[in-house]
Amino acid sequence: MSLIAPDLNDADKAVDMPAPAASPARDAWRMFRRNGSAVAGLVILAAFLLMTLIGPKLYPVDPFDIVSAPLSPPGEEGALLGTDYLGRDITAGIVNGGKVSLAVGLIAAALTMTIGVTVGALAGFYGGMVDRVLMRLTEVFQVMPPLLLAMAIVTIFSPTLWSVAVSIGIVSWTSSARLTRAEFLRIKGLEYVKAARSIGARNRRLIWRVVLPNALPPLIVSATLTTGVAILFESGLSFLGLGDPNLMSWGRMMGGNRPYMLDAWWAATIPGVAIFLTVLSISLIGDGLNEAFNPRLRER
Amino acid sequence: MQVLFSILGRAAQAAVMILIVIVLNFALIHLAPGDPAEVIAGEMGGTNAEVLAQLRAAYGLDKSFIHQLWLYMSHVLSGDLGQSFYFNAPVLSLILQRLPATLLLVISAILIAIVVGTLLGVMAARRPNGWVSNLITVLSLVGFSAPVFWTGILLILLFASAIPIFPVGGMRDVARLDAGWWAGTLDVLHHLVLPASTLSIIYIAQYSRMARASMLEVLGADYIRTARAKGVPERLVVFKHALRNAILPIVTIVGLQFSSVLAGAVLVEAVFAWPGLGSLAYMSILRRDSPTLLGILLFSAVVVIVVNMLTDLAYRLIDPRIRANS
Repeated sequence: MSLIAPDLNDADKAVDMPAPAASPARDAWRMFRRNGSAVAGLVILAAFLLMTLIGPKLYPVDPFDIVSAPLSPPGEEGALLGTDYLGRDITAGIVNGGKVSLAVGLIAAALTMTIGVTVGALAGFYGGMVDRVLMRLTEVFQVMPPLLLAMAIVTIFSPTLWSVAVSIGIVSWTSSARLTRAEFLRIKGLEYVKAARSIGARNRRLIWRVVLPNALPPLIVSATLTTGVAILFESGLSFLGLGDPNLMSWGRMMGGNRPYMLDAWWAATIPGVAIFLTVLSISLIGDGLNEAFNPRLRER
Repeated sequence: MQVLFSILGRAAQAAVMILIVIVLNFALIHLAPGDPAEVIAGEMGGTNAEVLAQLRAAYGLDKSFIHQLWLYMSHVLSGDLGQSFYFNAPVLSLILQRLPATLLLVISAILIAIVVGTLLGVMAARRPNGWVSNLITVLSLVGFSAPVFWTGILLILLFASAIPIFPVGGMRDVARLDAGWWAGTLDVLHHLVLPASTLSIIYIAQYSRMARASMLEVLGADYIRTARAKGVPERLVVFKHALRNAILPIVTIVGLQFSSVLAGAVLVEAVFAWPGLGSLAYMSILRRDSPTLLGILLFSAVVVIVVNMLTDLAYRLIDPRIRANS
C-alpha cells in the first residue's frame, strides 16, 4: 500500500526533514570527493600519518644510532636512503622525524586558531574601542618578522617540542584573526543575527552559537593551511638548530647535513622531500575544502 | 596641507608602534627564565652573594620592572641595542654592517617577484585555460609547500654543482676582492642570482595568481571595452589600461609582506652563507647570543614599520581616490 500511496506520517517527515544530501557538510564532502587532487592529498597525508604511527615498529632502527660509514650513498652499505654525516640511517630519520613535524604542526595550528579566532571574533563583534585595540595589537605582531620572533622565543625558553609549537602559535595567529574579524563584520549585520538578538540572545551566545558557526567554512580552510605553514615553520626552526635536541626531525636532518650537500646530495635533500610532500598534501586538502565550500571558485 | 597632515599622522602612528614593539621586546627579555646576574656570574666562573648583589646593582636588576623598562627604553632610543656576547661588539654596529646585504637580497627578490609574477599573471589572464595558467597553479602549490631552504639546496645542487654556472654561496669571490668597482658589482650580482631567485619563488607564485585574478576582472570592465572600441591596439589595452589597475593590489600586499620576506631571508641567507642579518641571526642562535638575536628582531620590526609607512604614503600619492578620502 505504501508503494502507491505513502501514508500521511511519512509525507510529514519528508516535509520536515530535508533530504540528507542537502546538508551543507555532506554537499561539501561530495564536492571534495570528486576533486582528484584533494583526494590525492588526503591519500598522501594518510600515508605519512601511517608511516609516523607504525613506521618505527616496522623499521626498528634508532635514528640516532650509527649504522655504517658516514655519507654512504643510498642503496649501499645496507642503508636504503644512505647515511648522514655521522653515519646515521636516513631511512630511520625519515620514519621517525615525521612525529615532530606533525605534532608541532597540529599543536601550533590549534593554538594559532584559538588565539586568532578569539581576537578576531571579539574585534569584529564588538567593534569600536575593542576593535581598535585588538587590531593595533595584531599590527604589532605583524611587523615583527614571524620566523625571527619564533627564533627569539625558542632561544630564550630553550627548545622543546612544546616551546617550538607555542612560539609558532604566537607568531602566526594574525592572519586568522583578520579573517575571523572580516567574517564577523560581514555576518553580524545579517538578518538572522538581528533576529537572534531580538529574541533576547546574549552577546556570548551570539558570538559562539550564532555568528561563529556561520563563519566556519573559511576558518576550516584557514586552519588546514595554517597546519601546513606551521610544519614549514617547525622545519625552518629545526633547520637552524632550534629543534628539541632529543628528537629527530626532518628539518634538523637537513640542517645537519647541509654543509656536506656537495658530497652527499641525498643527506640534505631527501628529508626535504618528506617535508614538501607533507605540506603539499595539506595544501591540496585545503584547496579542495575551499572549492568544496565555494563551488563558484571552480569556474575560475 | 592635507598631505602634510596625513604624513604627520602616519608618522605618529609608526612611532607608537615602535614603542609598543620595544615594550614587547623588553617583556620577552624579562620573561626569560633565570636571573641574568647569575648567568653573568656563571660565565665568570661562580661567585658569592655579595658580588651577585653588586652585579644586580650595576645592571639595574634590583630596580622595579617599570624602572628597568625605562632604562631599557632610554638605551634603545639612543641607539644602544646592547652588547653581543659572542662578537663582543655593540649589537647595533653589527646590524648596520650587515644591513646592506640583506636589503640587497630582499629588494632584488621582491623586484623579481613583482616583474615575473605580473608578467606570468598577464599571460595567464589572456588565456585563462592555457599552459601559463596551469604553470601558475603548479608554481603556487610548489611555492607554498616547499621549504625555502630545500629549494635553495636544490638550486645549489643544480646550478652550482651539476651545472656550475653560479657560485655555491657567499657574496664575493675571495680571488676577485681587489678587482675594480665594476667587476666587484658584477661579482656581487653573480652571487646574488641564486639566493634572490630562491627567495622570490613563493612570491612569484602569489603575485602571478593575484595579477591573473585582477587582470581577469579588469579586462571585463567597461573602460577596457571603450578603449578597445575606439581602436586602441590590444598591447596598449593590456599593458597601459588594464595592468595599471591590476597591479594596485600587488603594491598593497608588497608592503604588508615585507616582514615575512625578511623572515624568509633568514633561511635563505643561512643556506647561501649570504653575509646579512639572517646569517648574523643564525650565528647568534648557534652561540646562544640572545642580545644579538633580540636586537635583530627589534631592528627588523622598525624597518618593517618604516617600509609600511612609506608604501602607505606612496599609495596615497599614487591613487587619487585614497587621497580624497583621508
